[in-house]
Amino acid sequence: MTATPPSGPAPRAAQAPHAHPYIPNSAPEVKRAMLEAIGAAGVEDFYADIPEELRLRRPLDLPAPLRSEAQLVRHVGGLLARNTSTREVLSFLGAGCYPHHVPAVVDEVVNRSEFLTAYAGEPYEDHGRFQAMWEYQSLMAELLAAEVVNVPVYDGFQAAGTALRMAGRCTGRARVLAVSDTGPDKLSKVVDYLRPEHQLVTVPVRADGRADLDAVRAELAAGDVAAVWAEAPGYAGLVDEGLPELGELAHAAGALYVVGCNPASLGVLAPPSSYGADIACGDIQPLGIHMSYGGGNAGFVATQDDERLVAEFPTRLFGLVPTAVEGEYGFGDVAFERTSFAVREEGKEWVGTAAALHGIAAGVYLSLMGPHGMRELGETVLARTAYAKQRLADVPGVAIPHADAVHFADFPVRFTGSRTAGEVNAALRERGIFGGAVRTDRDPREALYCVTETHTADDIDLLADTLKEIAQ
Amino acid sequence: MSAPKPATEPTREEARIAPKPPLRRFHQARWDEQLIFELGTPGERGISVPAPEPEVREAVGDPAAALPAALRRSTPPALPELGQQQVLRHYLRLSQENLGADLNIDVGQGTCTMKYSPKVNDTFTRDPRVAALHPLQDASTVQGVLEILHRLEGLLKEISGMDRVSLQPAAGSSAIWTNVAMIRAYFAARGEAEERDEVITTSFSHPSNAACAKTAGYRVITLPPDADGYPDIEALRAAAGPRTAALLITNPEDTGIYNPRIAEFVRIVHEAGGLCAYDQANANGILGITRAREAGFDLCHFNLHKTFSTPHACGGPAAGACGVTEALAPYLPSPTVEFDGTDYRLEADRAESIGSVRPFYGVIPNLVRAYAWIMSLGAEGLRETAEIAVLNNNYLLAKVSAIHGVSVPYAQGRPRLEQVRYSWERLHDDTGVHSEEIGLRAADFGTHYWTSHHPYLVPEPMTLEPTESYSRADLDEYAAILTEVAREAYEDTGTVRTAPHRSTVHRTKEDTLESPATWAVTWRAYRRKILGESV
Amino acid sequence: MSAVRIGLVVNPVAGLGGRVGLKGSDGAAVQTRALALGAVPCAGERAAVALAELRARGGEFELYTAAGPMGATLAGTACHTVHRPPAVTSPDDTVAAVRALVAAGVGLLLFAGGDGTARDVLRAVGDGSTLPVLGVPTGVKMHSAVFAVNPRAAGEVAAAYLRGGVDVRRCEVMDRDPEALRAGRLASRLYGWLSVPHVPVRVQSRKAGSAAVSPESAGGIAAELRARMSPGSLLVLGPGTTTRAVAAALGVDVSPDGVNVLETGRGSAALLAQDANADGLLALTHAREAHLALTPIGGQGFLLGRGNQQLTPDLLRRVGPARMAIVCTEAKLAALGGRPLLVDTGDEELDAALTGHHRVITGRRTTTMYRLVS
Repeated sequence: MTATPPSGPAPRAAQAPHAHPYIPNSAPEVKRAMLEAIGAAGVEDFYADIPEELRLRRPLDLPAPLRSEAQLVRHVGGLLARNTSTREVLSFLGAGCYPHHVPAVVDEVVNRSEFLTAYAGEPYEDHGRFQAMWEYQSLMAELLAAEVVNVPVYDGFQAAGTALRMAGRCTGRARVLAVSDTGPDKLSKVVDYLRPEHQLVTVPVRADGRADLDAVRAELAAGDVAAVWAEAPGYAGLVDEGLPELGELAHAAGALYVVGCNPASLGVLAPPSSYGADIACGDIQPLGIHMSYGGGNAGFVATQDDERLVAEFPTRLFGLVPTAVEGEYGFGDVAFERTSFAVREEGKEWVGTAAALHGIAAGVYLSLMGPHGMRELGETVLARTAYAKQRLADVPGVAIPHADAVHFADFPVRFTGSRTAGEVNAALRERGIFGGAVRTDRDPREALYCVTETHTADDIDLLADTLKEIAQ
Repeated sequence: MSAPKPATEPTREEARIAPKPPLRRFHQARWDEQLIFELGTPGERGISVPAPEPEVREAVGDPAAALPAALRRSTPPALPELGQQQVLRHYLRLSQENLGADLNIDVGQGTCTMKYSPKVNDTFTRDPRVAALHPLQDASTVQGVLEILHRLEGLLKEISGMDRVSLQPAAGSSAIWTNVAMIRAYFAARGEAEERDEVITTSFSHPSNAACAKTAGYRVITLPPDADGYPDIEALRAAAGPRTAALLITNPEDTGIYNPRIAEFVRIVHEAGGLCAYDQANANGILGITRAREAGFDLCHFNLHKTFSTPHACGGPAAGACGVTEALAPYLPSPTVEFDGTDYRLEADRAESIGSVRPFYGVIPNLVRAYAWIMSLGAEGLRETAEIAVLNNNYLLAKVSAIHGVSVPYAQGRPRLEQVRYSWERLHDDTGVHSEEIGLRAADFGTHYWTSHHPYLVPEPMTLEPTESYSRADLDEYAAILTEVAREAYEDTGTVRTAPHRSTVHRTKEDTLESPATWAVTWRAYRRKILGESV
Repeated sequence: MSAVRIGLVVNPVAGLGGRVGLKGSDGAAVQTRALALGAVPCAGERAAVALAELRARGGEFELYTAAGPMGATLAGTACHTVHRPPAVTSPDDTVAAVRALVAAGVGLLLFAGGDGTARDVLRAVGDGSTLPVLGVPTGVKMHSAVFAVNPRAAGEVAAAYLRGGVDVRRCEVMDRDPEALRAGRLASRLYGWLSVPHVPVRVQSRKAGSAAVSPESAGGIAAELRARMSPGSLLVLGPGTTTRAVAAALGVDVSPDGVNVLETGRGSAALLAQDANADGLLALTHAREAHLALTPIGGQGFLLGRGNQQLTPDLLRRVGPARMAIVCTEAKLAALGGRPLLVDTGDEELDAALTGHHRVITGRRTTTMYRLVS
């Protein structure tokens, strides 16, 4: 440990004075009695199979423990004090992690011990988890106008990777076209994830930020494309008017149309299925999940109830079933592996513990918001984004690329003065503002700024006024 | 006026409450709750959303109008409309119909390490200085969280003996995938990616080892157990060769049996030119006792939601950590957390890295929890964790193996580490009752258990892992429940076969989930397919 | 809707020999000897356990059976009797009873006995009959794959079959080979195939499992075989349900009981020879790239030398070990319970060469390293 903890190290206890609160049977007399009950001389008896040369015959070299809760709270509190949260400043960061309001009821529900500490029980003793997850699937299905939505996967990156591999299995084809402006980290993950089975071809967007339909058409001509992958909105928040036509091009070439979308936009923007998407995917972090320094992501994949597509879901799908008692709702796993459809053996994926509780959070969020809340959320974010673009476009030294397009939450900002986006951010930080995410993959003069329903007109005005001082 | 005097005074005997029966008369909550879609009335609102200010409206009008009609939502989503308290009540009722680990003696979900997740650690994750941090903030504004990540890496390096640790993987299987991706990158850098296309694993290692390797494009060779339950070393000798990329292996395996020849397994694979990755999902019984480093592994991974106490959250968010030797460190996911003696920073400029395996840097709330948990225990506490987990398991083993109808396959007379895979084969032969049915009946007593992954190598399996968190009285109660259910299986078979009887719902008719015509993954699909409504 | 008719036939003397150390119960002399040695008939009792299990699991049916210890005695009063055997039963009574049950229109036939009884049932219904049949194991020799693992399991499978949605698969009827026995060798012979309800373990695991490893992956095995073969080469498929499913995945319908030869093209495969014999196989594979896929048949793990003697040592040498694939689903491999695979080609040198660990193909890009002994 190289740094001194702010609260100072705890005095090293020579021997634990009493049982550790988390380990009841560490009480010496209990331990002795248990060993006696099973006829063991000591715990060493149980380790007889571990060869001596593999034994660590010294204590681990770790900092002294903070055995009391009071000490621990002080120590961790001291570390957290060195963070500045976005509640203390005005932040315009988005780019894949969004500062939406998290309703108190969402926190109340997901912090319930019954949900927080459950794992993998049966649909009987864990009926509540099954119902809450099935309702999440169903609420998302209404938002997405889809009939099948999976239990959450790790995050939106994973969801995109899985959606594209599903398309690959479904079509048996090798190439995937990425046609929108996609974030560099997401692209890196998806390329790596597809590599064993598929080649991801990036079709660069046009100068106006929209997908290059001619280039897409040319790539599709070979007839070996499994999926056309678009994002609505793209990494820089742009909603591409060409989205419906991309679907037509994909289908005409026998490819599936996969659309990544921001679910928070779907009160005002059309769900991807309505303009031809065969598979929709994305991240549910905007739906009531705290940002937590990027720890709040979870992904979804949605399709219509088409047996060929359903058979390719690698993840669990919960289903509603009758029980032995009339009027009782039961739940279980849809056994898609046992359909008559031959499941393609190539390119399968794994299933493991992922992000179920975030699904419950998103379900509670959508229940609270209802149809009107989602529409209002979408309208407010669209309006604020447009307003921020207008206000910043008026600032000398600031240009808004693709200003003619509709943006949702994120929008691009280009600094034309003497400072780079990073330098502008440093100056803003001194004034209590976190500027947008620098687009390191493009140009150090470009950044993605983000506004949501949590930003007021005054906040945006303050940003514009502050930039007037520093962006020249 | 005084109350009329009762005819006779109640006796002390009448006031005495009888002692509790030996087993609790549990009944799971049964709210008979409707689906959220059947609740509420149009017009009710769960939460208000800020509207754009008049000046904003005036300045921008309706931005969506600039989009073609096909991209604008024409009909609102058919979400339910409920008041706030009504939403809360619905979900709280569902929560009560769920058996969290905080509420039951959760020793039955073997391989899952259902230990106590300290409540104090949850308070840290709710602090806005964790919950409201944006991942792209300048490093100077997140020194606290970066220091926690750096310190946690240091703790896990010492616990595993490895040289570097990445905290980015989202969960256990994600960590296995990350290790496989690093193995692939390592051989690609040596120009051996084409010829080394095989990964070896074992029957009792977690199936995600095989699945992740296959997803990554490898051929997978499984080693079955020998007569004692150890992975067959002769099979490994026959499998290892110039095509071997790696061995992915768990130890102790899901049987709770430690493979004493593990160093020889590693040596055989190294001699064939392959790498060895240690799936430490079952590390809870060996913390501070033995490490990946001493056994010669090149990579390892921990499940922080298992061994390091972060809550299981109905199946995630979890967290994984991958440890590697110096030789593999260049391939770790990006970014890494670095410390220059003064400041902590994120380093993403790493040419040989496999890149991002998830957005940003990891499941931060769980990394904070894992850090706090290790700090609350220290070296002695971790060792105590391991020793008590193993003591609890062997204590429970003695109790459960005495139950009529239970057997403990493999390695007779040998101790187990932190878990045991039992078999109800004898009880099944005698009574026809399956292990799954015993598990469902156990739910009537306020607990549950898990059988095993498929296909069952151990017939009628039951996997118990009592961890360090349960008291002797807890273990006695759990064994008493199994004893009672086994007695019922012999004497009152019907009760067990039709269980659960005291649960939220009764036996489901799962046949409908097998058929595309009747499965209903969503309310929307149910309405169209089953109710015949047009949606 | 009337209830399903279930037929039951019990071989009352099945298993008599086993308890007293005899190697079977076939033949009146053996039975007399067994009874003299103190054997107690148990077939009826075990059949009753199966029926009780079937009723306990809610199966609704009408029972049709033969009189006395061949069924009615243990079934109680609520059954229809279709055959009245003499006091001392013979295999012909089993055949007659089964034929009467078929005539009575039963939808599922349960029989209690061993391999000898299975052969009698086969004789009665005919090889390749589609009538679902399930054996309640009560015999001494049970090498056939038509038996449930125990009497209770038989009741459980029958109940599942009555509920519906259960596949029927063709399974091997095997018994000791009398010719080999006369030559001083102990060998099994494949007599034919019966249709048996198949209830796989539920593949879904509550705990998040691992979808990449499917226990029922004939399609994956087929894809793996195909990937190993150059177009235009031959694929010799040994008998068995797994190899038949592999052929189906390659677009070819073959009988499960013979050795079949496929020719692979770029698209689907074509059937070149059905039920080929030893000479035919040698002629076909002459100067061709030939691959061989074998699967363990019956319940004992026999790979060569039981039911597939057409695969002669000459043919095996010609194909060579590199092109000889052992295929088996993970579930079936797990059901061997750790017992090794067995070969008995009649050529000791070849047997010795095959001994050791082999890569058993369990799916696409998945193998299990499994032990084989001779």
